[in-house]
Amino acid sequence: MQWEIVIGLEVHTQLSTSSKIFSGASTAFGAEPNTQACAVDLALPGVLPVLNRGAVERAIKFGLAVGAHIAPRSVFSRKNYFYPDLPKGYQISQFDLPIVGQGSLTIQVPTTTAGQTYKKMVRLTRAHLEEDAGKSLHEDFHGMTGIDLNRAGTPLLEIVSEPDMRSAAEAVAYAKMLHTLVRWIGICDGNMQEGSFRCDANVSVRRPGAELGTRREIKNLNSFRFLQQAIEYEAQWQIDTLENGGTIQQATVLFNADIGETRAMRSKEDAHDYRYFPDPDLLPLAIDHEWIEQIRGTLPELPLSKQTRYVADLGLSVYDADTLTSSREMADFFEAALNEVPKEAKLCANWLMGDVSASLNREDRDITQCPISPAQLGGMLKRIADGTISNAAAKEVFKILWNEGGTPDTIIETKGLKQMSDVGAMEAMVDEIIAANPMQVAEYRSGKEKVFGFFVGLAMKASKGKANPAQMNEILKRKLAG
Amino acid sequence: MLNSSLLQLGAALRSKEISSVELTQLYLHRITALNSKLNAYITVNEEMSLAQARAADVQLAQSKTHALTGIPVAQKDIFCAMGWRTTCGSKMLSDFIAPYDAHVIEQFNRVGAVNLGKTNMDEFAMGSSNETSHFGNVKNPWNNNAVPGGSSGGSAAAVSAHLCAAATGTDTGGSIRQPAALCGISGLKPTYGVVSRYGMIAFASSLDQAGPMARSAEDLALLLNVMAGFDERDSTSLQRETEDYTRDLNKPLNGLRIGLPKEFFAAGLSADVAQAIEASIAEYKKLGATVIDISLPNSRLSIPVYYVLAPAEASSNLSRYDGVRYGYRTPEYTNLADMYEKSRAQGFGEEVKRRIMIGTYVLSHGYYDAYYLQAQKIRRLIAQDFVEAFKQCDVIMGPTTPTTAFNLAEKNDDPVQMYLSDIYTIAVNLAGLPGMSIPAGFSGNGLPVGLQIIGNYFDEARMLNVAHQYQQVTDWHTRTPQHIEV
Amino acid sequence: MSLSINDVYKVARLARLGMTEQEAQTAHAQLLNIFGLIAEMQAVDTNGITPMSHAQDISQRLREDRVTEHNQRELFQAAAPQIKKGLYLVPQVIE
Repeated sequence: MQWEIVIGLEVHTQLSTSSKIFSGASTAFGAEPNTQACAVDLALPGVLPVLNRGAVERAIKFGLAVGAHIAPRSVFSRKNYFYPDLPKGYQISQFDLPIVGQGSLTIQVPTTTAGQTYKKMVRLTRAHLEEDAGKSLHEDFHGMTGIDLNRAGTPLLEIVSEPDMRSAAEAVAYAKMLHTLVRWIGICDGNMQEGSFRCDANVSVRRPGAELGTRREIKNLNSFRFLQQAIEYEAQWQIDTLENGGTIQQATVLFNADIGETRAMRSKEDAHDYRYFPDPDLLPLAIDHEWIEQIRGTLPELPLSKQTRYVADLGLSVYDADTLTSSREMADFFEAALNEVPKEAKLCANWLMGDVSASLNREDRDITQCPISPAQLGGMLKRIADGTISNAAAKEVFKILWNEGGTPDTIIETKGLKQMSDVGAMEAMVDEIIAANPMQVAEYRSGKEKVFGFFVGLAMKASKGKANPAQMNEILKRKLAG
Repeated sequence: MLNSSLLQLGAALRSKEISSVELTQLYLHRITALNSKLNAYITVNEEMSLAQARAADVQLAQSKTHALTGIPVAQKDIFCAMGWRTTCGSKMLSDFIAPYDAHVIEQFNRVGAVNLGKTNMDEFAMGSSNETSHFGNVKNPWNNNAVPGGSSGGSAAAVSAHLCAAATGTDTGGSIRQPAALCGISGLKPTYGVVSRYGMIAFASSLDQAGPMARSAEDLALLLNVMAGFDERDSTSLQRETEDYTRDLNKPLNGLRIGLPKEFFAAGLSADVAQAIEASIAEYKKLGATVIDISLPNSRLSIPVYYVLAPAEASSNLSRYDGVRYGYRTPEYTNLADMYEKSRAQGFGEEVKRRIMIGTYVLSHGYYDAYYLQAQKIRRLIAQDFVEAFKQCDVIMGPTTPTTAFNLAEKNDDPVQMYLSDIYTIAVNLAGLPGMSIPAGFSGNGLPVGLQIIGNYFDEARMLNVAHQYQQVTDWHTRTPQHIEV
Repeated sequence: MSLSINDVYKVARLARLGMTEQEAQTAHAQLLNIFGLIAEMQAVDTNGITPMSHAQDISQRLREDRVTEHNQRELFQAAAPQIKKGLYLVPQVIE
């Protein structure tokens, strides 16, 4: 009998503010321990929080990007628990009244067939602002743990999905889409190694159509690969447990990437009575219509809208549209290049996803570090489109643009890469070839069409590779037919 | 000199009749002589005080002065003052040297006032008798067997016994007004949000408010001019026009409408307090005021509401004392949980632990709605009572406390009896209104009685005017306890 | 909903307050008294009343996103019970 896997994700995105959510300390990554933990972050006696406008703006931006309701009034609450990396003994978070309400995200999920995807909508339950905790460092202190509070107070937007995903692949597609989106709208740097984008996965299994099973929450997955592995392992473990007659206990589990397994946390769960209550130090957050509209005005066109437009208006495949919108920088590059050759979307997409991407990968660069500008690429594509150069010659132009720079037209000119399209000259060449190879002509005319390639080779050689292949083929066919 | 008002002291300083160093030394000398008896101060630091006094004398010589330049002010040990030990009356912070200044301290430093020392208080401001202090109880200067009130008992006793020119206090449920009443001085709790809470160690954040404690309404006005003001570091600090709280002191009281809530004169009020309050109301009538009977029907609920809300906030506010970054850490422990539990069990006193327990319980799963949410709803009813009342009157008056100062240890074993001593003051904090207490006579056994004046939001100037006019025709506020001469 | 001795232990554990059996007994008796005082409140009809969290009916003021604090680690760690290499040390945390 079949099992259905049910997954919901809680994603913690660090917001890209300069200062912390409730203090003026820097959020820069990698400083010496506790040098960016100010009096407020350390919870010294008497200090008070003041909310960072930049964090609120970013949360609103996200809400607008997922079509969610922005709460005109939201409330900060205290989540009380003791942990050494939580200086106040409570985390300031949002509970009853989060800043961002229900929204949705449409994802493209890859199938086992390469290049094939299916579309799915994942519902977002909410997104709320909260502060990050510090870090516990376990090594090298003779049985003690070291606490670094530099990260304490970094703004987080916790984005909670409904349990709408049914496979690790869907969960990964959702997480990737979210990852693209938060960078796209500029609210999070998305750096997963530095912990800027962390996923918790709630996983349960059930028989299709049955009630939801008991879930276990896998904490702190900081790569898409781990997310995939952890969910797959966890789901299989739950299925095995149930099939062997066991039951699932609700638990928080950790994923050990070294052995690829999940295990329940050792720390006791009995203290999960967070005693939420509205933080008396922080007044309700009011967001008026005007502010929302002003932020809406700063939103770029979103990936989904671009994808739809690329398919409908530009005639690209879903796969192409998806790839070109994998980041805002990629989409911007594509559109800027396309601006030079507005009618050649497919050509532009092919080059960007082909030679450009391959070259970037080879040199371990991303699109923002591409040595060729969109204008240069577009200029070259224009010459392919108008028949000035052949594809083969374009590869040559591309290589020069990549390594040396310059303008495509100058390169074509100085390197003599212009394609021959003088029909008279080509006809003369073909006449010569036919006259010089009577045997092959006879073979062709007796039905051996394979010989055609032989003539093409000769013709291209005669033109030093500059003949327009389509034109040349047409002339050859016509003349060989007699 | 000791009986001088702040204005008189300021004039003496400016005319070089006395220097700030001399004045500071005068008080330090008195503290040395009397503090062993009264225990009003937890920390005195002559060197730091005199350094400030010397700086003030330089300022005075250059005539760049403010009314309070060079005046020695005692600071409740709840305010962080850079370089000063700041204990909040707790073993938990008994060695804590504050690494920054509270807004209130900054404001006094800015005008060149001298920090004379840190006054004793109930631990984390939780108490009504000053007996919960880790540093021992304070004695009431009027009767050394009686309590000074709390939590700002050290400040009240210090003002009363002339161990400072003036002092600061904080008031969460009556902690300025009640000790002011019991020690025979004047004290004002401003409207919530008028004085920044930054650097003031939190007890119950939505109720805590700092204010001045002094010998007269005029002194209070001068002090409040310094303490009040917007501070961007406190989200609940109010952005308002700067006020001169002395501006209305001399206005006549003709036509003033005084509301007398019947609930404040019901059973539980001792006869001698009632008598003194009635006499002071009669005095106000002579000054041209009219009296209106009003009702605050929900005020009877203020104690239960307070003992849900304040402990709830406190239980969370005090979670930061975990022995990790500062403060007391138990010397022996087996693991992290043990370190937490022992450090907190040993670092906090009984009353603080009791309130943390109450607060934790009322916020815990399954009880939140019945206790915390219900208390917040009744809080609104209590606040609305005042809104209705102020449609009929300009100020509300009544006793500050049901009795005069009770004896040390009298209510120690019965928290409930102790809690009831704040019955008239708590509603004001719940509503966020300004309230004050001024001396209004004495009981048969020679202990001071306090008259409470409650004003509408931001009506401090009027309240000070009302108090000042009374102090022009009475001399209760000028009386001093015996046995305080050095 | 009368408070039991087990509630006392549970709450003490939540609040990280170590407590002996004797202390728990005393606390239990006192808390029962205090909740007796609080009980008066529970009979009040508060239907339709909005809870009051703050003394003022105003909204949150926001801070501009600017770094205003600089490193004061030495000053702040002067008050710390145990530090090493700039870290606060605590008994080992087990996850």
